[in-house]
Amino acid sequence: MQVVEPWVVLTFAATIFLIGLGGLMLRRNILVILMCIELMLNSVNLSFVTFSRMHGDMAGQVSVFFIIVVAAAESAVGLGLLIAMFRTLRSVDTDDIRLLRE
Amino acid sequence: MLGLILLFPLIGFLINGLWYAVLQAPQGRKKAGSLATGLVASSAIFLSFAVGVVAFVQLAGMPEGARVIENNLFSWIKVGGLSLDFVLRVDPLSSLFVLVIAGIGTLIHVYSIGYMSHDETPGRFFAYLNLFCFSMLVLVLGGALPLLFLGWEGVGLCSYLLIGYWYQDIEKAKAGKKAFIANRVGDLGFLLGMFLIYTTFGTMDFSALREVVVQRFGGMAPAGAELAAVTGICLLLFVGCTGKSAQIPLYVWLPDAMAGPTPVSALIHAATMVTSGIYLVARLDFLYALSPTALEVMAWVGGLTAFVAATIAVVQTDIKRVLAYSTVSQLGYMFLACGVGATGAGVFHVITHAFFKALLFLGAGSVIHGMHEEQDILKMGGLKKHMPRTFLVVTVAWLAICGLPPFSGFFSKDEILWMAFASNQGNRVLWALGLLTAMMTAFYMTRMWIHTFMGSERFDHHKVHPHESPIVMVAPLYVLAVLSAAGGFMGVPHASWLAHWLEPIVPHVVPAEGVNHSMEWVLMAVSVAVALLGMFAAHRLFRDLRRPEALKARWAFIHKVLWNKWFVDELYEGALIRPIGRVSQALWRGFDVAVIDRIVLGFGRASEWSGQTLRLAQTGSLQAYAVFLLLGLVLTLGYMIYGLV
Amino acid sequence: MLSVSPVFFYLFAGLAIACSLLVVFKKNPVSSAFSLVLVFFAFAGIYALLDAHLIAAIQILVYAGAVMVLFVFVIMLLNADAPSLDIARTSAALKVAILAGCLAMLAFFVVAFKRMSPPAPLGPYTAEAVEAAGGNTRVISQLMFSEYVLPFELTSVLLLAAIVAVVAIAMRNAKKPGSAGKEA
Repeated sequence: MQVVEPWVVLTFAATIFLIGLGGLMLRRNILVILMCIELMLNSVNLSFVTFSRMHGDMAGQVSVFFIIVVAAAESAVGLGLLIAMFRTLRSVDTDDIRLLRE
Repeated sequence: MLGLILLFPLIGFLINGLWYAVLQAPQGRKKAGSLATGLVASSAIFLSFAVGVVAFVQLAGMPEGARVIENNLFSWIKVGGLSLDFVLRVDPLSSLFVLVIAGIGTLIHVYSIGYMSHDETPGRFFAYLNLFCFSMLVLVLGGALPLLFLGWEGVGLCSYLLIGYWYQDIEKAKAGKKAFIANRVGDLGFLLGMFLIYTTFGTMDFSALREVVVQRFGGMAPAGAELAAVTGICLLLFVGCTGKSAQIPLYVWLPDAMAGPTPVSALIHAATMVTSGIYLVARLDFLYALSPTALEVMAWVGGLTAFVAATIAVVQTDIKRVLAYSTVSQLGYMFLACGVGATGAGVFHVITHAFFKALLFLGAGSVIHGMHEEQDILKMGGLKKHMPRTFLVVTVAWLAICGLPPFSGFFSKDEILWMAFASNQGNRVLWALGLLTAMMTAFYMTRMWIHTFMGSERFDHHKVHPHESPIVMVAPLYVLAVLSAAGGFMGVPHASWLAHWLEPIVPHVVPAEGVNHSMEWVLMAVSVAVALLGMFAAHRLFRDLRRPEALKARWAFIHKVLWNKWFVDELYEGALIRPIGRVSQALWRGFDVAVIDRIVLGFGRASEWSGQTLRLAQTGSLQAYAVFLLLGLVLTLGYMIYGLV
Repeated sequence: MLSVSPVFFYLFAGLAIACSLLVVFKKNPVSSAFSLVLVFFAFAGIYALLDAHLIAAIQILVYAGAVMVLFVFVIMLLNADAPSLDIARTSAALKVAILAGCLAMLAFFVVAFKRMSPPAPLGPYTAEAVEAAGGNTRVISQLMFSEYVLPFELTSVLLLAAIVAVVAIAMRNAKKPGSAGKEA
């Protein structure tokens, strides 16, 4: 049976990570930015699982579990902040939240 | 059990101190009287004395050579390789000191109830007094140098607090400051000596130290670097002693310390605290015995101090000042004894001196009390009639300090003189110095006695009505008078109980070879004759007050020098204090303001500037932050994978 | 190395890459959100291929389920104005730079992963060992309640904190109906 080399899986994870990072840098809509962050988190999870398989160590998968919990909490708080921001500014564009700049 | 000796004064201090600080100190509150506070303090120190007596009796019941009680209270300091327990230890030497401190302390506490009856804040006074006793007992009971140093600093603090007790008077506050600073100079020497002991011998516990020293030298004289180390240790510790025990060159604070209440002068500046230097030397006698240089320095410093202080005492007219210089002089005597190797004689003189000098001070206090705070002996006279009891006890003390047999001062002073003459380290010059001092002592004490109690009444009868002090003040005087009269018999030559008792700590001194034993009796007669001569001269001279005036006019220059205490204060002021002040001023302006302040302000300006500059990097754009994130990621990964080479 | 069937892997990988590109480049957030769901499913498939069955299940439950619902709710709640592809407002040079940077990083990763030294000696949890011990889920659960019980309990604190935070954010606006109303 043909198998997939680990570096291929890792490269795939890196690709998703870079797509997410590129989106983070390019997009201004905070909703999309949050989605991009989810993409990046997922790619990291994938790397963890791959390494866990490679080394035969379950710590990687347990970490993934915790990352998922943190990510869920993060998106909940992030979306809450987003709603608060939208209520005050009527906008979800990051260009509109530069109030702290002089 | 030894903890109890310390515990009682501490409790007394806490009761009086808290009572004063919480309930009496606030403005407008009623202050407690001297009776209630004094009873608390006196019973505290008396209980401590009782425990001390028990410890003494236990000690006496033990076999000779093994007389020691040790209590390890708790682990005190544990840092790195240094582990120090709070060990209290009583041996023949410290048991004597405990008895003297707590015993005379009790008498003086009782006396203070009467003396401080007109004071506004006796609660504060008695709290300080108890704290002093606590510290002093820590000093003598401490089983290691750092513990002794704890007490050493504690008594210094209490001395400062009590000298400046009437701090509303700026002169008295200054006197307290002077005492504290002079003591600090000495403490530096003490600290350095202590560190040197630790680095040289690796321990600071007295009994361990003694073992190490015996093991290392084993009766042989040290040589080379080790001799230098031992001499250094002894001299540095002696610097500490010159501060605490008022020797040249640091003695200047003691006469000024008379600004404190008279019981304080009696307890701290005559009987106990100032003798802690002798205690230290006696405690480390095994170390001092190894360094002839240190002993010689000590003997000469002691002898000179005794002589110089006595010359000053001859012309002073303030009754307390006369006694203060007399104390300095007698302390010099004790160091002279230690310096010629006769530490036992020094300790003997500490005890007898504590008796008669405390008595003299308390008697003087009684006189001052009866004369409505008049301290000038030229304005007294004829008080024999008005204060018969005080007259009686002061006469006993006077005879004791002059050194007439069979009063206590005779035995201790004579032993010191004999040792200065006969021991290996002694010589004729030191002996002559001591003898001359003895004569002057007899002279100025007689002068003071005549001026105070004899002759015509020179005070203003309309303003001053001399009266005898109350019984609470006189009773302790009687006790001390008995001790002053009979205390010498514990050290009768050749049958000395004291020397035998102290033998495990300070070995008995044998006279140098070639000194004829019959000389001892001759010298004894000489010293008594000299004392009588001094007394007689003073009697002839001061019977008629015109005669000293004529003498003063003829020797105006000498009188001026002595009256101004050899101008030592002025010398220190010009040679040390003012230059130091000037250097401090220059450093303040030149270094503190010009350099340090500028650096500190520079930091403020630098952060302001860097903040202004770096602020530009904060665009507020999320995308820009993401780019920085990417950059950081690249750098981190690059470092992890390729080591960034 | 990894006993992963290449066919399914490349299928899921291609789906994931395509959909993530859609997430980034779709104008409408709703479209992005639905592309994201597909990415999550693709990831779940890959997890399953890698024998991480528990993670695959959680991926679907938490991400594809809970998180996505949250996103969609928020999008509905905001009901934002006509969607626009805001990428257009970025300068061309920056776009090129970002693209180049990402490609460079990718090349960097590929080189790094290929140069990576062969896997360290296998730990106790080989595929066979896990199988023998009762499967992936059982093994992880046992670990979670023994070795990792403290972090596991701490996650509950984290979730509680997140709940409190979100409620606080929402409450602050609700508390001042006057000001909120004015703006609305």
